[in-house]
Amino acid sequence: MNLHEYQAKQLFAEYGLPVSEGIAVDTASDAAAAARKIGGSKWVVKAQVHAGGRGKAGGVKLVDTPEEAEAFAEQWLGKQMVTYQTDAGGQPVSKILVETCTDIAQELYLGAVVDRSSRRVVFMASVEGGVEIEKVAAETPEKILKAAIDPLTGAQPYQARDLAFRLGLKGVQVKQFTNLFLGLAKLFHDMDLALLEINPLVITDEGNLHCLDGKINIDGNAMYRQPKLREMHDPSQDDEREAQAAEWELNYVALDGNIGCMVNGAGLAMGTMDIVQLHGGSPANFLDVGGGATKERVTEAFKIILSDENVAAVLVNIFGGIVRCDLIAEGVIGAVNEVGVEVPVVVRLEGNNAELGRKVLEKSGLNIIAATSLSDAAEKVVTAAGGAQ
Amino acid sequence: MSILVDKNTKVICQGFTGSQGTFHSEQAIEYGTKMVGGVTPGKGGQVHLDLPVFNTVQEAFDETGADASVIYVPAAFCKDSILEAANSGIKLIVCITEGIPTLDMLVAKEKCDQLGVQLIGPNCPGVITPGECKIGIMPGHIHLPGKVGIVSRSGTLTYEAVKQTTDHGFGQSSCVGIGGDPIPGSNFIDILSLFEADAQTEAIVMIGEIGGTAEEEAAAYIKANVSKPVVAYIAGVTAPPGKRMGHAGAIISGGKGTADEKFAALQDAGVKTVRSLAEIGNGLSEITGW
Repeated sequence: MNLHEYQAKQLFAEYGLPVSEGIAVDTASDAAAAARKIGGSKWVVKAQVHAGGRGKAGGVKLVDTPEEAEAFAEQWLGKQMVTYQTDAGGQPVSKILVETCTDIAQELYLGAVVDRSSRRVVFMASVEGGVEIEKVAAETPEKILKAAIDPLTGAQPYQARDLAFRLGLKGVQVKQFTNLFLGLAKLFHDMDLALLEINPLVITDEGNLHCLDGKINIDGNAMYRQPKLREMHDPSQDDEREAQAAEWELNYVALDGNIGCMVNGAGLAMGTMDIVQLHGGSPANFLDVGGGATKERVTEAFKIILSDENVAAVLVNIFGGIVRCDLIAEGVIGAVNEVGVEVPVVVRLEGNNAELGRKVLEKSGLNIIAATSLSDAAEKVVTAAGGAQ
Repeated sequence: MSILVDKNTKVICQGFTGSQGTFHSEQAIEYGTKMVGGVTPGKGGQVHLDLPVFNTVQEAFDETGADASVIYVPAAFCKDSILEAANSGIKLIVCITEGIPTLDMLVAKEKCDQLGVQLIGPNCPGVITPGECKIGIMPGHIHLPGKVGIVSRSGTLTYEAVKQTTDHGFGQSSCVGIGGDPIPGSNFIDILSLFEADAQTEAIVMIGEIGGTAEEEAAAYIKANVSKPVVAYIAGVTAPPGKRMGHAGAIISGGKGTADEKFAALQDAGVKTVRSLAEIGNGLSEITGW
């Protein structure tokens, strides 16, 4: 789960880390009021979406009057923001963060992520902060400084000092960085984060470290023990159909093609999409019905797949490990009857009770095309959807 | 020969009396696995599936001399269960449960490494040596004792590979589902090294997925250390690039992780790659002459 910048900064503030004074608003008039309340003569207004690249998309602006803040909010609230990190449809803007303005002497980068290779939470820091950080990482990896946290001991001050000195920080900045590093490490641990990023972490004109942005991603597996973070969830940032699928514990991702796919297991679901494309077809979605596929879930899965009007045919590919194929077959029949499926449905059943499942489908008298193998299923569904593209 | 488990492997189950533990232990016993007991705190002294129930893993280990433990407890309690097993003296832990918080796994994996315990999973189908020992949730009947070692990040994709190697008559030496989580107890390299050293294994099937760099690391390992023929399939060529937050993920992976990059790395290591999931069996025939 992702957090908005304003939420991330709330958490930073709770952990004693330096952030700007700011107010998140959801109406244009509140934006002007927020600027007046914060005071001063310059403010930064930032559209809140779950994606990076907002600056380049015009979602961040320096304003000189509360009226300008209001105009900016008016311009963005309720609109979709498209950045290079979103899909083509973009993300809806439902909140604007109004903040005090910070004078920037230097921009640094500070991030932390669970690194699969070293099996550590790894902090990354660089003097080359800002939007080109990925280019820096690709072209001059030596400019990305790293510190790996031992999971049994946690982050230690010496690691912070080491990074601080290598970043060229001086005097009080070293102590500020140490506090920042240890605070972020604690936040990462306490809140079950998967990713944390401050880009830029700035050095102000006065020489102090300051968190100018904040991105946080939380480990979905740990949400059960993070009630406070669950309340921060913003459903407007989720895809509607994906959210509907999640309610049924179905994992669904919409794609551009015309062949709906219903598969058990995430790996097999991806493999099924790949084989459809290999036979000249184009998958309309990724959908994993999971290990405990029941008739109800199969029915819901059909509804979600068919809510995409581009779908011209559906491929059901089930390898029954524990789940029984005859039960899946009954689920498919029930769904076809209940939902009123009008497009061709190709079904490939394998594994536990597969033979019985195929017989159940045959006897149903419905327009369900049985496939004998994975390749056969892919060929048949591509043909049913109007042939290779 | 085989890897990790065989007909002599004594297995206990953590979460033994729960619905998952009961169902899969019954299946394992039916398959011929040498189940010797189970653990459910508070139910010590009872008998379940004709086997003794213990309060702690230490007791179970001391009484039965178990070699392996399989874990079916809910995700929130898995870190505790893994650490309990790892500290008891058991040398192989297979954790089937999905949904374990990543930070829990960082600690559990680190501790298992320190104690010299092999952890398989979590979020995996388990380990099987066909005809001898089944630890996990895979359907036993699709397997055939034989000469192909299978290692995979995905459960159902493993079954596809198993079925094809069975249909071709090659059979399997052992099959290991390492699981799809970011922090698996064992990775491809751990299992590839076991297959390379195993006399029964004549060829290896490796099934990967997009995300992370485990396949690229495995490719480098194969190039330097694996003499046996390897067929690889990577799922997710058509998977769309997800919506992103920030740069940290991209920086740490160094631009690796797509299916095409993984295929390229494996080909460079001399691995036979197949673009279609249905071609794993044929790919094996092609490189082995079987």
